[in-house]
Amino acid sequence: MTNKATQSTATPTGKKLRIGWFSYSCCEDSTIVFTELMNERWEVWKKVLDVRHARVLQTNNVLDEMDVAFIEGALASQEHIDMVKKIRVLAKKVVAIGACACDGMPSAQRNDFDAERLKEIQPILNQFNYNKNVQKLEEVITVDVKVPGCPMNEQTFLTALDSLLTEFKIVA
Amino acid sequence: MHLIDLTLNKEITKVEGSATLDVKITNGKVDHCRFGISEYKRFYTQAMRGKPYRALPTLLARICGTCSNAHLLASIEACEKALGFKPSHQAILMKQLTMFGLNIRDHALHLYLFAMPDMHGKDSFLEFDENDPEEHQILHDAFEIKAAGNYLSIIIAGRSVHAIKPQIGGFAGIPKPEEITEAVKKLTAARPAVLRTIERFMQAPDRFDRQTKFMAMVARPFSYLEGHIVSDQGDYIEEKDYREHLEHTIIPYSHASGYKFKGQSFMVGALARINLAKDTLHQQTRKDAQAALDLFPSTNVFHNNLAQAIEVLHCLDQSIEFLQTHHFETEPLGQPTLEEGTGIGVVEAPRGTLYHRVTIGKDGKVIKGDIIVPTGQNQINIEQDLARRIEELLPSDPDADSLQLELEKLIRAYDPCMSCASHFLKVRIDGAAVRAGQTLHQDRNQLVPQK
Repeated sequence: MTNKATQSTATPTGKKLRIGWFSYSCCEDSTIVFTELMNERWEVWKKVLDVRHARVLQTNNVLDEMDVAFIEGALASQEHIDMVKKIRVLAKKVVAIGACACDGMPSAQRNDFDAERLKEIQPILNQFNYNKNVQKLEEVITVDVKVPGCPMNEQTFLTALDSLLTEFKIVA
Repeated sequence: MHLIDLTLNKEITKVEGSATLDVKITNGKVDHCRFGISEYKRFYTQAMRGKPYRALPTLLARICGTCSNAHLLASIEACEKALGFKPSHQAILMKQLTMFGLNIRDHALHLYLFAMPDMHGKDSFLEFDENDPEEHQILHDAFEIKAAGNYLSIIIAGRSVHAIKPQIGGFAGIPKPEEITEAVKKLTAARPAVLRTIERFMQAPDRFDRQTKFMAMVARPFSYLEGHIVSDQGDYIEEKDYREHLEHTIIPYSHASGYKFKGQSFMVGALARINLAKDTLHQQTRKDAQAALDLFPSTNVFHNNLAQAIEVLHCLDQSIEFLQTHHFETEPLGQPTLEEGTGIGVVEAPRGTLYHRVTIGKDGKVIKGDIIVPTGQNQINIEQDLARRIEELLPSDPDADSLQLELEKLIRAYDPCMSCASHFLKVRIDGAAVRAGQTLHQDRNQLVPQK
């Protein structure tokens, strides 16, 4: 399978896809996969991606209008929920990245804890204002595209990115 | 007194995961300097109980994305020791290759995507200009090294993140001959880039010296998987006894735990390893990195970056030797010789000593377990160093942005990993100028002027 996003033959139109990459409760495995996919594709991605917000890559992050927000991780606090709602307003498309964003697990494993385990963790939940349950992204905001996997499936991500680059007329 | 109000509330960037730095300066005094890991815990210590032990390593690998294969191997070792598995020579060699792939990939990510932009006054590694010859070379070197480590991880362990081939008792598959040839080709091709990396970090201007206890698991030859825990102050501890020497330190504003060793803060990671074991590195590494190795032992925290670059060369040289000399043969997974037990797995993860302990019952289920990660061990040192760095910087009356940048550079030198975190690393600095020449000392987590 080929991906325009990865091909030097893809023709940039001069526009760039305005993206944000956000991580919440997870192990950031998909962020690492993203940086590994970059090994072979960075020259093309530099031409077609305008990274507005990505804590792992840069300091000067801007939370403003985006074509696409990639959101990794589940939501464990009200702060997380408020942030993704804000992102949803700013982004034309939201892509859920990885198992925790798509399905909640394994971040949401505490939702199923028995009484003994809940008692053990309750002081931490109280002290740092954790929500009672960890939620997958779709429970809080509308998700347009899902890239499942733990870490995210590389080919599914590249296909999704390719499709978005075409949809937003970034490549022809 | 001249007062300057500094209020920063920004994400700290180019680190693995999430932490908070909260600094308050009032009337020329640093009220507090707190480095707290703001990870929203996912409670693996509780979740592991009752799981079938064979499912444990892949579960615990999910603690951390970038260090996942280190967690995987530490958990496998703990389970193997608990139930008396005897890994084959080839399984041990493939575990070592898994660690080499991890360290090449992970160190290169840290050195280039996180640390290198600071050295060139850039915001992001992707801002480097491919039309500038030097920056063009840096871009290519970074991705060539990362790709070589990634490929090695894939052919040996199945994946570079959350690997699938390492299992309790051995490996579920061996690399194909053509993959080995390709890996040697990629690793050999990346070697000049690694040598340039060492040279770049030798020339790096930042310096922050601190006296501390450096600790690592050390073996001869150099290993990320075997050995004894030693320090530069004469400590010598067996793997199984390590936990008994660590004192859990509650840090009230942090979701994670700090640790002290015999009442002292200490440092783990590449700088500790190279300080303690530079003479055990691959002979080709020692030969070609001699000038850099002469700088060790070092108390300069920024030399953690240089130590990582040297380790990349060692991993590359040792991998090439193993791949060229070992004949891989399919072999069955080892089997347990005990019905129940407690096992301890210790590995030198990219950021330092990683400890897993597990107790497995007769029903094959996990009764309890314990995990200590490197960043928890470094956390107290990081906080102390940040406080001293502020003290050094405030007399020059820095603006908020430059103060934050300098603190972030120091944090990045430690290469902390908070990957399980919510990824909101905020810095909040409230305060005023500190009088020139004023010194501070730390009493637990409170900073007060020295009398």
